[in-house]
Amino acid sequence: MTAVLTRSDRERVAQTRSRSPRHRLSALDAKVSPYLFVAPFFVLFGAVGLFPLLYTAYVSLFDWELGADETPFVGLDNYRELFGDGQFWNALFNTFSIFLLSSVPQVIVAVVLAALLAVNLRGRTAWRMGVLLPYVASLVALTIIFGNLFGPQFGLVNSVLTTVGIPPIDWQANTFGSHVAIASMVNWRWTGYNALIVLAAMLAIPREVHEAAVVDGAGPLRRFFSITLPMLKPTLIFVIVTSTIGGLQIFTEPKLYDPSAGSGGGAEHQYQTVVLYLYQSAFQQLNLGYAAAIAWLLFLVVIAVAGLNFWLTRRAVR
Amino acid sequence: MRHRSWVSVLLLLAAATACSSGEATQNGKTELTIATFNEFGYEDLLKEYEAAHPDVKLTQRKTGQGAPHHQNLFTKLGAGSGLADIEAVEEGYLSQVMDKAGQFNDLKEIGPNVDNRWLKWKTDAATTKDGKLIGYGTDIGPLAMCYRKDLFEKAGLPSDPEAVKALFATWDSYFAAGDQFIAKSGGVAWFDSASQVFNAMHNQHEVGYFDKSDKLVVETNPAIKADWTAVTNAVAKGQSAKLVAWSNEWNSGFKAGAFATKTCPSWMLGVIEAQAGAENKGKWAVTEAFPNGGGNWGGSYLTVPKQGKNAKKAAEVAAWLTAPEQQIKAFKAKGTFPSQVQALKDPALLEQTNAYFGDIKAGSLFAAQAQKVAAAQYKGPKDGQIQENVFSPALQSVEQGKSADEGWKTAVAEAQKVAK
Repeated sequence: MTAVLTRSDRERVAQTRSRSPRHRLSALDAKVSPYLFVAPFFVLFGAVGLFPLLYTAYVSLFDWELGADETPFVGLDNYRELFGDGQFWNALFNTFSIFLLSSVPQVIVAVVLAALLAVNLRGRTAWRMGVLLPYVASLVALTIIFGNLFGPQFGLVNSVLTTVGIPPIDWQANTFGSHVAIASMVNWRWTGYNALIVLAAMLAIPREVHEAAVVDGAGPLRRFFSITLPMLKPTLIFVIVTSTIGGLQIFTEPKLYDPSAGSGGGAEHQYQTVVLYLYQSAFQQLNLGYAAAIAWLLFLVVIAVAGLNFWLTRRAVR
Repeated sequence: MRHRSWVSVLLLLAAATACSSGEATQNGKTELTIATFNEFGYEDLLKEYEAAHPDVKLTQRKTGQGAPHHQNLFTKLGAGSGLADIEAVEEGYLSQVMDKAGQFNDLKEIGPNVDNRWLKWKTDAATTKDGKLIGYGTDIGPLAMCYRKDLFEKAGLPSDPEAVKALFATWDSYFAAGDQFIAKSGGVAWFDSASQVFNAMHNQHEVGYFDKSDKLVVETNPAIKADWTAVTNAVAKGQSAKLVAWSNEWNSGFKAGAFATKTCPSWMLGVIEAQAGAENKGKWAVTEAFPNGGGNWGGSYLTVPKQGKNAKKAAEVAAWLTAPEQQIKAFKAKGTFPSQVQALKDPALLEQTNAYFGDIKAGSLFAAQAQKVAAAQYKGPKDGQIQENVFSPALQSVEQGKSADEGWKTAVAEAQKVAK
């Protein structure tokens, strides 16, 4: 491979330069090939990542109805309208509510789960793989099953609640109830996955540190908080940032949770998230310009929150 | 329109990779594609047509469900290419298609003479204000009333198909019977959900959400407010089972016997049989009556988009497929209820019985109901959206506990937002 050039390689390349066409070709190969090898990623990223991103920003400046004959330029009007749109703020609130209800318990439980799995258990590979099972199941199937469980009239959760004497909750009408239902789907799917990532990091912590602490007389709890957690910091940052990005873009769960199969996220948008509102604007109301503005605002919110979480995690876990 | 052509290019690329549209004429044959969803019962008919016309090759593109089929239709309409030569359109999406009528061929102009082939209201719905025919009618979904015989008996209501007709004479008598029913039903509701009743009431009016100049008249059309009041009153009294149509809870509601009546287009008999299951056989019945006359829910059209290269030949195929003789064959194959005047008199249709509903002559029952539909309501461009995404959720929110007044205000505001 010519991808990595040592100094002597480069000298040899310099020597052979301008000798024969063949040598020239080989020199070119040495110079250009590395870029060609990495090019597919950047070309693909440019086509399916960067271009749509920029083009979305462009579209957001137009009153762009899908299939319309005229798409007039309106400048920042879409954004102005968005800031005054109650439904957007409601969607943002729902998104954050569902995000907090899912991510916070998820990360805490994942760390605890990882600590439990790190102990020498009998058949530990089976246990460790076991927590990953919910992640393997199809998201759509999972959402439909949870939608059934949380059915207001014939759902299992309400049946259980009624048996133990708690009045049934309308998991569709009640805003908080619907958020809990959707967050439980996210938690069910992702907790085990995150636990495994944390576990891998936990097992990578050198034994010597723990042994030294044991010699110094530190108990298991003290060791967990003073050694394990701080050394998990990079992993926790990764887990928290990815779950922030994923959590704020939540779509499939609330979309399929709606029994009317629409994109409203409940009769009164009780659980309409930002991406769901984006989808509704784009593909139900065919208002692409407005949807593009929502997409960009969400993009900025995700960057801001992910950055904030990154900073907080770095500070908090020292 | 620079940016528009960019979209076209992108969508075109997507379309080109997904499927290449059949415009070509291969070895002297004209290749035509026909895009349908669910079951139209056309498989054998297409072969029959090819056998009779050796110069034509037909390909059917089938989509399982209506929603993705129509999403594809509108996306490619926007892109300007990629559609099949013949595209099926369901009644619920027709208003959106009529809004873009300029992109479809006038079948009166390019197609054969098919005057008086269909029920008048069926053709009227697919005719533009300036008289262009956009689609040939395939099937319809005439409305009757389905009800639970056993639950009616328990609540002391008449249960015989003839005797219940009086209960379903008008909406007033329907809701009054509902009051009587829930007083003795022990928690069983009268109907499945408010929107299912409201939509049927709404579609009987001459003027709907829009007037003929496409102005939103939700606030000024007194009929809409009257329906709203009648339905939400019934909800307040407990007549609604509050089950969103097509949801899993709704399906469970059929099994559990959560409601006693159902607005019932012809195709709903199959849905009820599948959802209520064998254990409820003999409990459901259907009667040749519908409050305030008749109604229609569902049914489709065949359209010929202007994108296609062989519009004239495509129109010929579509006209042939939707002729009474063919549509009766489709009815025999997949049970699609025909919309053609002659087909509605066909013995094969009139003699059809339904075992699940006590061997009732369902074919002649619904054929009679089809004649009771008064006229096609004019549908504005966003009619379907307002029904699906404004009034249905607003009624659902009233079922969830919101006051009828507040629900109405939300519905009006949202309708204005959609119509804007």
